[in-house]
Amino acid sequence: MLVQEFLERSTARTPEKTALVCGNRRLSYAEIDDQANRFAAYLLAHGLQRGDRVAIYLPNGVEAVISLFGALKAGGVFVMLNATTKFDKLITILNDCGAAAIIAGGADTDFYQGLQVAVPSLQIMIHHDQRKSAAEFSEAPGLVDFSAVMAAAVDGKPVLQTIDLDLACLVYTSGSTGDSKGVMCDHSNVDFATGSIITYLGNTADDIVLNCLPLSFDYGLYQLLMVFKFGGTLVLEKGFVFPAVILQQIQRERVTGFPGVPTIFAILTTTDLASYDLSSLRYLTNTAAALPVSHIQALREKFPQAQLFSMYGLTETKRTLYLPPQELGRRPGSVGVAIPGTEVWLEDEDGNRLGAGEIGELVVRGRHVMRGYWNAPEATAARYRPGILPHERVCYTGDLFRRDEEGFYYFVSRKDDIIKSRGEKVSPVELERVLYGIPGVTRAAVIGVPDDMLGEAIKVFVVCSDPALSEKDVLIYCRGHVEDYMVPKYVEFRTELPMTESGKVLKTSLS
Amino acid sequence: MNHSVEESIRTYIAQNILFRNDGYPYEDSTSFLDNGIVDSINVMELVMFVEETFGIKVKDEEIVPDHFDSVERLSAYVKKKGE
Repeated sequence: MLVQEFLERSTARTPEKTALVCGNRRLSYAEIDDQANRFAAYLLAHGLQRGDRVAIYLPNGVEAVISLFGALKAGGVFVMLNATTKFDKLITILNDCGAAAIIAGGADTDFYQGLQVAVPSLQIMIHHDQRKSAAEFSEAPGLVDFSAVMAAAVDGKPVLQTIDLDLACLVYTSGSTGDSKGVMCDHSNVDFATGSIITYLGNTADDIVLNCLPLSFDYGLYQLLMVFKFGGTLVLEKGFVFPAVILQQIQRERVTGFPGVPTIFAILTTTDLASYDLSSLRYLTNTAAALPVSHIQALREKFPQAQLFSMYGLTETKRTLYLPPQELGRRPGSVGVAIPGTEVWLEDEDGNRLGAGEIGELVVRGRHVMRGYWNAPEATAARYRPGILPHERVCYTGDLFRRDEEGFYYFVSRKDDIIKSRGEKVSPVELERVLYGIPGVTRAAVIGVPDDMLGEAIKVFVVCSDPALSEKDVLIYCRGHVEDYMVPKYVEFRTELPMTESGKVLKTSLS
Repeated sequence: MNHSVEESIRTYIAQNILFRNDGYPYEDSTSFLDNGIVDSINVMELVMFVEETFGIKVKDEEIVPDHFDSVERLSAYVKKKGE
């Protein structure tokens, strides 16, 4: 099945059903389908070709959802980008994927003029911001407002151009080299992964899922895709800024499924829930980083009627492991077994398969193994290697696990130095590069340190020739150059950093 | 007195959340949420800040946009709690 058919089939079955609740807005499947058709018609009328990349640089909202399905209906490949991505990185990604179209909420004319100059592949620019219309950007020629795209008359849905071997999306993820890489997901990959997850969560059209994770994060994105596939209702929030608002929404909308990351669950375990009726919740899911066992126990006490799914995955295969909730009491530290229809095993450095109790790299086989990294054949070859059958590829996760006698897996550590903070991947190399941009910084090192709330907090060590440089100066600079979740929590100045013989910072001796 | 509540909230956000030395760059009525000024961790820091600075106790159910989504709303809430 094609990903846009998740929406189209649910529309055919239950056109009037509420598909999306977003703030004060409630849209039915038929309304979203109609608006996505309009969006697709606009893209096609303005030259979008099959396989062209369509970047969506918006916070969670109705327009992001319509843009996503509209891009697919036009035969395009959607690329959801974090709305807090700064301009320089945005340009890098848009040029990497050769984006032909962008839907953005830019704040000023300079932003759009800058895009036009810096990204030659862009042919279509659509603006959406409730506070400002595109008409206010008269010096950015060619920019059109989202509302104008929706107002155009269209005649049904566009002619289908794609098959399920075509790409549906690129999902950009941080890598150990410091450059974001776009994971290529074809329609069949997404169809399989969503189907497998829906199977073990037992989702039905009666489910109402509240998503406060960004749609640029595959965990957030898949909430939307899965709900539209099983024909449920998605309550889409901009974020988890106000826990009380989320809890009220769960109560008001009778939400049955709530996906979170450890930072969210850490906040919930310290929040007084007594005044909310949360009895509708059927399940909670956690992924992105392991939940501390103490939080698992607290969550089971606070949400006694809800099943808690501990899960593990990486963008390169979407989801990989899940722990059936009935196992949680017996093995709270485990992230479970391979998701339905897939298999995993552990290998040592020489490619030998390992048995119970041994520690090795997790290898993944299944139709959720994505198509590789966009424009990065070497990184693709390292991550996706030949599998069991001719032309098959399996995914080497770069994560070390051990397996118990009964086949359940336990995360041990990463092979690289990627930091997981607030559930997001942070590349130390990427942040170090930013730090070297601060005048006077001669050496920089970034590590993750354990943190009850964040999972890992980002700590930076800086050697600087300018004695006037303060901690605040470093933070101000970072805030201006990286996404919010990458801003360090701690800054420490050193006169020198420990080095290895090969001239690299010896991070294992930093803490 | 009333002026100082707004001013100390502005200063706190500028220095500790936005990491700016040149003051709070938005209007007092600007929504924190719509403009990405705070995240969930920042909101918890803001709660601790107003509890310590103004000697009030913030209940979990009071941490909502009506009270915490702009300098204007937060200062109105702080003043009401302090009455």
